[in-house]
Amino acid sequence: MKTLVYLVIGTFFGILMYKSEAASWFRIFEMFEFGAFHMYGIIGSALVLGIVGVQLIKRFNIKAIGGQEMQLKPKNKSIARYAIGGLLFGLGWALAGACPGPMYVLAGAGYVSILVVIFGALLGTFVYGLIKDKLPH
Amino acid sequence: MNWIYDPWPWYIAGPLISLTMFILLYAGKQFGMSSNLRTLCSVSGAGKAADFFKFNWKKERWNLTVMVGAIIGGFIASQYLSNNTVEIAPDVISKLNVYGINSAGEAYLPTELFSLEALSSLRNIAILLMGGFLVGFGARYAGGCTSGHAISGLSNLQLPSLIAVIGFFAGGLLMIHFIFPLIFT
Repeated sequence: MKTLVYLVIGTFFGILMYKSEAASWFRIFEMFEFGAFHMYGIIGSALVLGIVGVQLIKRFNIKAIGGQEMQLKPKNKSIARYAIGGLLFGLGWALAGACPGPMYVLAGAGYVSILVVIFGALLGTFVYGLIKDKLPH
Repeated sequence: MNWIYDPWPWYIAGPLISLTMFILLYAGKQFGMSSNLRTLCSVSGAGKAADFFKFNWKKERWNLTVMVGAIIGGFIASQYLSNNTVEIAPDVISKLNVYGINSAGEAYLPTELFSLEALSSLRNIAILLMGGFLVGFGARYAGGCTSGHAISGLSNLQLPSLIAVIGFFAGGLLMIHFIFPLIFT
């Protein structure tokens, strides 16, 4: 039953990513060219509602299902890992034109070449795991 | 019935993304797509090579299920709900034409990079592989991607997420404005 719920959420998210064109390489390129408001509107409106909603959750101490705490833990303090990691991620995001969510969506849409990108992403994750203790965090 | 193929405008898509995040929060989970890459490494036995992959990945099955759903969603949307073309700004199309990408406005992804024929070019494979590698490496280094930092983290007013998102955009701008002219000539 729970599995089915997550499958439905994922399917909804997949349709959403495809239909909003956030999964399109062209839209990512256009965003970094400041060519249209579309992507900024998507991220911006998601963010405004997200901030308001999280504030309401905290103000009224709203619990997750079954009375457990919401997963709103503060992130670890650091500058190096977020700045360097973020920069590397951004370089890849623009080059492949896809971030992790849309990668899965595009695989489902039948773009065989995205499997090369996903393989690269798995490799990048693996290499990070190998050398993480040598990196500034 | 043509409306069914139309793309969703930003003011529909953005709120639905935050809805996705809130549904997952209500389920006691955190919205983040790149964690699945780590889980997939772990499932494939990467724990033998690095402790980073030694964790109880079965606890992350819910997120793998979301990922499988996203694959199904991509299939449904591309097959039944889209004409699989993306209209972008005309001046952006002209810029892409200069780079030899002429499928802008006629495809969902540039056929010059993503068609099966394009895979016969070593340069294209290198672009896709390198792009993916940086996304995977960078997401784990930064501890999250667009969903984990730009949506979840910033919604929770996390300074680390703001630093990461500034990094995402700095990297993207660097790639498009300084490295693209070197790659696509």
